[in-house]
Amino acid sequence: MTSQTSFHSGLLAPSAPVPEGLTDGHDHPAGRRYGVYRNNVTVALRQALADGFPAIVGLIGRENFDHLARGFLRQAPPRSPVMSQYGSAFPDFLASVEQLAQLPYLGDVARIDLAMRQSYHAADSTGIDPAVLQALDEPTLLTTRIDLAPSLRVIRSRWPIGAIWHYTLRGADKPSGGPQDVAVLRAEYDPEPVILGPGATEVLAAFQDGKPFGAAIAAGGAAFDLARLLTLLLAQNAITALRPSSSVS
Amino acid sequence: MPDATHAFRHLPACPGVGYKAQHFTDILTDPNPVGWLEVHAENYMGDGGRPIAQLKVLSERFPISVHGVGLSIGGEGRLDPDHLARLKHLCDWLDPASFSEHLAWSTHDSHFLNDLLPLPYTNDTLARVADHIDEVQTTLGRRMLLENPSSYLAFAESTWSETDFLAELVRRTDCGLLLDVNNVFVSATNLDYSPQGYIDAYPLDAVGEIHLGGHDEDEDDHGAPLLIDSHGRAVVDPVWQLLDHTLAQSGPKPLLVEWDTDVPDWPVLAAEARRADAALNRVLA
Repeated sequence: MTSQTSFHSGLLAPSAPVPEGLTDGHDHPAGRRYGVYRNNVTVALRQALADGFPAIVGLIGRENFDHLARGFLRQAPPRSPVMSQYGSAFPDFLASVEQLAQLPYLGDVARIDLAMRQSYHAADSTGIDPAVLQALDEPTLLTTRIDLAPSLRVIRSRWPIGAIWHYTLRGADKPSGGPQDVAVLRAEYDPEPVILGPGATEVLAAFQDGKPFGAAIAAGGAAFDLARLLTLLLAQNAITALRPSSSVS
Repeated sequence: MPDATHAFRHLPACPGVGYKAQHFTDILTDPNPVGWLEVHAENYMGDGGRPIAQLKVLSERFPISVHGVGLSIGGEGRLDPDHLARLKHLCDWLDPASFSEHLAWSTHDSHFLNDLLPLPYTNDTLARVADHIDEVQTTLGRRMLLENPSSYLAFAESTWSETDFLAELVRRTDCGLLLDVNNVFVSATNLDYSPQGYIDAYPLDAVGEIHLGGHDEDEDDHGAPLLIDSHGRAVVDPVWQLLDHTLAQSGPKPLLVEWDTDVPDWPVLAAEARRADAALNRVLA
């Protein structure tokens, strides 16, 4: 009898023997026929990862990517048939691979790829009319809470990851400079990674924590550019509701 | 325009194609589009975004077949309740004209392998698969179609033929069948039996849909042909002939052209669908 445990055991182990009890339909052992399944499994999972992390493929090349993917597949095989969700542990995996120590930014660039995919499949939402925000008087505005789109993601990094991502996938100028935080925003159906200015990450986190507008923007510090962040959020339909304090019971 | 949620109760006995997002505009602007579309269930399990928005638009114009590729109905373990719930959610809001899955397993010890893996045909696997089909049909509140696999090997322990195994599943669960004639041709070539003989023994009365697709050619350790079900090229002539042989006995059925890798431009896929239409017209003539 060939259990699924024994059939499964050799699929991700290329040197494992072909399980017992498998034939060519007559009396010959299955031999490389089993290898078809082994190959299908590996190729399909590697392809799913490569589709999900295009900037990493671009940075290190497909051959190197496939080599890394093989290791990741054995360590963290998918737990769900929804392949668009696969690979959330891949950025941490990249950051842990010793041979990649000279590319310390890879994990954080992979977080942008992952955030792009999560944003693409996130729930739909509608941005507010900017006039509604502009119509609020200052005391009301300062106590209003800001709801952000479920498709919005923010990645912090010690590396210029936004510039690296745009250089790799969009042909932008060669990256230079210091740390960059990146927001992934989805105005309609196409997510876009945008490099944030100083303090914006802290302000977005405060909005997401439900802090009132005044307290949230104070979290941005001295170099924070409020007009720049609000223009970005409104243009990308990323503010989905304003909740004045009077409406909160 | 009929009410989308109640317009398309059944797949029509005409050609459809496996839907690919790159063909969205082509399909909507083609003056003579195909009669229906099939989507892979797992691609529409996010919370929102373009995939689901496109599917909503298409479902207003076309009958939709939801084709699952990840439920692991042949798995030794119980069905994944989370995945079954996702399928139910999709079928509830979309109300598709058909739901189908595979006689295969793809999950083991909660590891998903992203491939359709083979089963021995024994009394034990028959009982297990029948239980799983019952659970799916009860949960979804609809009859499902079960697709025959492409086989690259056989199990020494099998005591049922594939056709008898499928017929017995139909008898026990009242499910329907999705007959993939390319899979029949691939399996028959690989395991050295007659594809026409398979069709002659197959319970054609239960067929709710027929699949057509392309395959690749390789060989085994002994130089025997080994066909690989790749869905990456045009349907070959012997498979069209096997379709004719099938339709002559079954009468017209909904026919689907699958092309999942190296996906061609729309006119190439539409031409394959027209070839399927010609096969239907021959059986009606």
